[in-house]
Amino acid sequence: MSETRSIRVEALTRVEGEGGLHIRLNGSEIEDVQLSIYEPPRFFEGFLRGRPLEDVPDITARICGICPVAYQMSAVHALESALGVSPGPEIRRLRRLLYCGEWIESHGLHMHLLQAPDFFGAASGIELAARFPKEVNRGLQLKKHGNTLLEVLGGRAIHPVNVAVGGFYKAPSRDQLQDLIPSFEWGLQAAIDATRWVAGFDFPDFEQPCEMVSLQHPDEYPMNEGRVVSVSGLSVDVADYEREFVESHVAHSTALHSLRTADQSSYHVGPLARINLNRDRLCDNAKRIADEIGFETPCFNRFKAIIARGLEVIHAFDEGLAILKDYQPFRPSRLPYSYRNGEGCAATEAPRGLIYHRYRITDDGKIAEAKIVPPTSQNQRQIELDLIQWLPRVMGESDQRTADECERLIRSYDPCISCSTHFLKLTVDRQSDERGPKVSL
Amino acid sequence: MKGNSSNSGNPQQGQHSASAGTLAASPRSRPRPRLAVFKFASCDGCQLSLLDCEDELLAAAEAVEIAYFPEASSRMEPGPYDLALVEGSITTPHDAQRIQEVRRCSRFVVTIGACATAGGIQSLKNWAHHEDYLKWVYARPEFISTLATSTPIADHIRVDYELRGCPINRHQLLEVILAFVRGQRPKLATHSVCLDCKLKGTVCVEVAQGIPCLGPITHTGCGAICPTYDRGCYGCFGPAAQPNCRSLTDHCLQTGTSASTLLPLLRNFNGYAPEFREASNRVEALSAAAASVKEPIDE
Repeated sequence: MSETRSIRVEALTRVEGEGGLHIRLNGSEIEDVQLSIYEPPRFFEGFLRGRPLEDVPDITARICGICPVAYQMSAVHALESALGVSPGPEIRRLRRLLYCGEWIESHGLHMHLLQAPDFFGAASGIELAARFPKEVNRGLQLKKHGNTLLEVLGGRAIHPVNVAVGGFYKAPSRDQLQDLIPSFEWGLQAAIDATRWVAGFDFPDFEQPCEMVSLQHPDEYPMNEGRVVSVSGLSVDVADYEREFVESHVAHSTALHSLRTADQSSYHVGPLARINLNRDRLCDNAKRIADEIGFETPCFNRFKAIIARGLEVIHAFDEGLAILKDYQPFRPSRLPYSYRNGEGCAATEAPRGLIYHRYRITDDGKIAEAKIVPPTSQNQRQIELDLIQWLPRVMGESDQRTADECERLIRSYDPCISCSTHFLKLTVDRQSDERGPKVSL
Repeated sequence: MKGNSSNSGNPQQGQHSASAGTLAASPRSRPRPRLAVFKFASCDGCQLSLLDCEDELLAAAEAVEIAYFPEASSRMEPGPYDLALVEGSITTPHDAQRIQEVRRCSRFVVTIGACATAGGIQSLKNWAHHEDYLKWVYARPEFISTLATSTPIADHIRVDYELRGCPINRHQLLEVILAFVRGQRPKLATHSVCLDCKLKGTVCVEVAQGIPCLGPITHTGCGAICPTYDRGCYGCFGPAAQPNCRSLTDHCLQTGTSASTLLPLLRNFNGYAPEFREASNRVEALSAAAASVKEPIDE
């Protein structure tokens, strides 16, 4: 009889937040794979109840220091839907611009400091810089330009202060945005070079078709709005999100897994899903580079998410540049609204995938109920299933090497474990009956 | 120990960052100080601030040995460490133990951000029924093991320095790291955001527009951003040195700000910091007293 082999990665590295990985093998048989998240719960959905609705963008930003704009955008859209107001084109464009800044800083960070080191056996971006000083420095500068945009438009890069229900507290001056144009012109070219660089990495041959879900807008690359679509043909209004997707609370995983309601199956959100479903809506520069590097879609190779991020950074600089150039200050910077009883939901595209918010509000402007579904909880089950496919390729190696290879796959998702609205303290029980995803809602 | 403990700083401290040059000039003959970054309940934003030092990051990594920083590096060296940066608050029994280990293996412990220095936004549960939160958020509360409170690190261990902010100012972070590397105490200002607005020439949003603003009682460090963006300060750097919270809250209540507006303003990212906590509890008590004598409170 084969010996049971247990591999544990107690702390995943180069991911945001805290998680671990437990694998149990019996000979060549994979008995168990658990992506465990031990990020302490912070109960955002609990303490939002009773808060003034104006606080929601500031508070939900604190769910994640890496993608605060994603939380702010989803929150204001959902609340505006509940209030029955719809901001006009000027506010809409500035919100896309803000999101461009976040995509640039978040993708820039992940590409250069978190994922790229995996392709060269480096432990960190800092180590990688010893070998690729020009490329890593270029990545840091790209990221910095994203942060600078967030600082100008949002007040600061981490937890911007300028996002309001109804619009912005203050619209920037024309000069403030014009001043960013040279750095964005540099950034567009640098993003093209960076994408060419990562496209040349040595990728494992690991095409794993799966359900992929993203927003889709009739004529824009998706950020702030759109229908929820999938590679298998799903196309529903965001209002139907909770009918199509369900969260389940499983003991081992520590997070609420999201699954397709119909068949309890897993799915994938993130840049690969977005690009597979929206390639024709990328800007011309990103399309041209995608063609030039031979990026074939649909792409189901998780490791190639780094290329998708590169193409999205090109898009963000390109679209950001256009908005910067055309911008004219406007008033009012935010729409007035009256309190009423209501409910509203919204989905937007965080750098690491679709994020869904729903709020019920009262006629005195308070939050009665909040529901937030971050991207990583949607990806968690898919990551585990991917690992089951990936393990036979790498489990012949030493335990350490096997663990490293698994971590590498997890990292390709850019998991954001700090998005801890749903994450609970892990109790690892190898004999747990709660191994599979069980719906308990 | 509470607060950025020197008051001799330059009011413009946010402006003078540790440059790449000064960091790189650290002598290489001696072993480099060993830096560790630990995370507890938090959003990761404060440790991200270190990675957001795009111009200084590579030089900083020359000046100190980044021995333990899981968010940035897979190489996790065991202690002891010369300087531990601690992000996040204590919310689980396991973390209450883990922070003791951090203290044991670290020469200096510097807490960074509102979670670590004041309990963070998650400390709102300290005023609520924990069981309700469990029930509202999780389908299977029995899977969860957490404490009923979120508390700052200094409630659990001796802390050598507290760097405020939600998020922290990355220039201040470099200042603090550099000071400890040089064996000095950091010298950061402790005055209020209100003074920063005066120095910047920002028109007072409270006086001119009647917007409630915590600037007079909030610690400097953010650069007085919110009033620049036409909104009141919401206290994300926590209490300034010797804040006169009573005076400010009385002023707000007397000039038409309702208790129901003031209470959540005080009770947010640094709401559990003692000065803000006391102020919000007082506003709550005043409001309850007013309601009990059936006089309409100022809403």
